[in-house]
Amino acid sequence: MTAAPVLQVQDVTLAFGQVTAINGISFDVRPDELFAVIGPNGAGKTSIFNVISGVYRPQQGAVTLHGESLLGRSPADIAHRGVARTFQNIELFSNLTVIDNLMLGRHQHVGYGTLAALAWIGRARSEELRHRRAVEEIIDFLELAAWRAYPVGMLPYGVQKRVELGRALAMDPKLLLLDEPVAGMNLEETEDMARFILDVREDLHVPMIMVEHDMGLVMDLADRVMVVDFGTPITTGTPAEVQRDPRVVAAYLGGDMQHEEALS
Amino acid sequence: MNELLTAVFSGLGQGSIYTLLALGFVIIYKSMGVISFAQPAFMMSGAILVSYLSPRLGFWVAVVLGGLVVAAVALVVERLAIRPMVGKAVFVIAIITIGVDIIVRVVAGAFVGADPRLVGDPWGLDTWSLGGVQVQQRHVAAFVAAAVIVALLAAFFRSTPIGLAMRAAALDQEAAMAQGVNVGTVFATSWAMAGFLAAIAGVFAAAGNPLDQNLWIVGLAALPVIILGGLDSLLGAVVGGLVIGVVEALVRNYHSDVFPDLATNTGSLAPYVVMLLVLLVRPYGLFGTKEVERV
Ligand SMILES: Nc1ncnc2c1ncn2[C@@H]1O[C@H](COP(=O)(O)OP(=O)(O)OP(=O)(O)O)[C@@H](O)[C@H]1O
Ligand SMILES: [Mg+2]
Repeated sequence: MTAAPVLQVQDVTLAFGQVTAINGISFDVRPDELFAVIGPNGAGKTSIFNVISGVYRPQQGAVTLHGESLLGRSPADIAHRGVARTFQNIELFSNLTVIDNLMLGRHQHVGYGTLAALAWIGRARSEELRHRRAVEEIIDFLELAAWRAYPVGMLPYGVQKRVELGRALAMDPKLLLLDEPVAGMNLEETEDMARFILDVREDLHVPMIMVEHDMGLVMDLADRVMVVDFGTPITTGTPAEVQRDPRVVAAYLGGDMQHEEALS
Repeated sequence: MNELLTAVFSGLGQGSIYTLLALGFVIIYKSMGVISFAQPAFMMSGAILVSYLSPRLGFWVAVVLGGLVVAAVALVVERLAIRPMVGKAVFVIAIITIGVDIIVRVVAGAFVGADPRLVGDPWGLDTWSLGGVQVQQRHVAAFVAAAVIVALLAAFFRSTPIGLAMRAAALDQEAAMAQGVNVGTVFATSWAMAGFLAAIAGVFAAAGNPLDQNLWIVGLAALPVIILGGLDSLLGAVVGGLVIGVVEALVRNYHSDVFPDLATNTGSLAPYVVMLLVLLVRPYGLFGTKEVERV
């Protein structure tokens, strides 16, 4: 249990003008761990992902992956270091096929140049075949074979979410960020996705951070849960601890009351 | 009939030049969402540079070298004048490209000089006769060159890592970055490619006649082409270029039959009339994406 954490986030604060999206958040993610982040709408969950992946630069704090600082690095650089993500609103390359989307996940592992690729010689050829094999494995793993040659824009929503997970896995990530992986899914699709997330942890041993509003899913899958509200950390603990925490109940109740006020 | 075919062939030749120019506009538009009005200046620079290089190096070496030098200039312009503005309003960047266009054009134009300069092409105004139809050799050459370049571009975007990265960045920049695509490299590559294409177009536009300061006006015809084809469509640039070229040639050819009293040939206006019609009827062009309607 003393293994060094994969990711450490320390006292991160991020503001957009007057809006403080993240207010002094700290947590770490351990090897093989499934770490969940929950909180009401606008709590700052997606912003945490954007800080880790280099899209936003926080005013304060530190973020390290395997001890190396990620702050100030470009999103491309951070992807090269092994951080993969899925997006809250699917961000696939919708005119491209499932295969091509997954091949793009391999982009950072491509070591051959333009001329070699055009001439289709030596290294380019053997390397591309290797990437295609890796992609085919993921297609099998996520049961996407039936859809492999379709442009992803045409596929059902639940399948697109799965393709996005596949593209992230194609990166051979050291850390996977899942932003609401089952949002908008029906029960069956949700159960499928839950199974795939468990498989990723068990078979591929990729540590994950999952943002999700589906409490049942979070409580079933997560090793630890962090609760945030208005960008501020409320508590972090096992699902059972978090569910009992009166502050969490208050935060969610508060959210509900605002919701009711808005309705009335 | 022969007259019609002659006009069509000359239109395809001129249209190939428009295609090369329009491809550069579209490549930059797809990578940055900006129309670069600097293309006419790169086109003119290419022709002028080749006119200096070809007496020493021969025409073909001069064309390739001239294209590469203009690509390098475009790369520098992108890095110094455009990259720092990324994230600002598209309108602001477009204005900057107009500034770049004027500066580059004035500097390059200073080298045109008083004596007539030629790009040194082997065709001049010679023609071939295909069963009675007169075809200018320079038009055939432009068409073949455009075909080869389009084939190379297709292979580039289909099978090279940077080509695939450029397609990804065009479709969804945020997601592309999350896959490790460096958008800076994508921007730089798109400008270099556009510069190269414009330079080659400039050489063919100048072939057969001495260079003059107004050569860049040919580059403006790329605007009707991309409006017709669609701002974000490479296929649109190819089809649109050829269509605009042929329409222009046909109008030019039959002008005096239709408007015997009008001295100014309406051929040069035809591309812009087409552009206005397209903007009214189908603002995203033949092959463009529907959301991409205005600059
Ligand atoms: N680019 C931005 N510019 C300005 N404000 C932003 C930006 N991104 C996020 N915010 C603000 O930061 C706060 C947190 O947003 P964030 O998207 O991180 O919330 P979230 O917890 O992911 O919410 P949800 O559950 O709705 O996805 C919100 O008030 C949001 O309006
Ligand atoms: Mg969110």
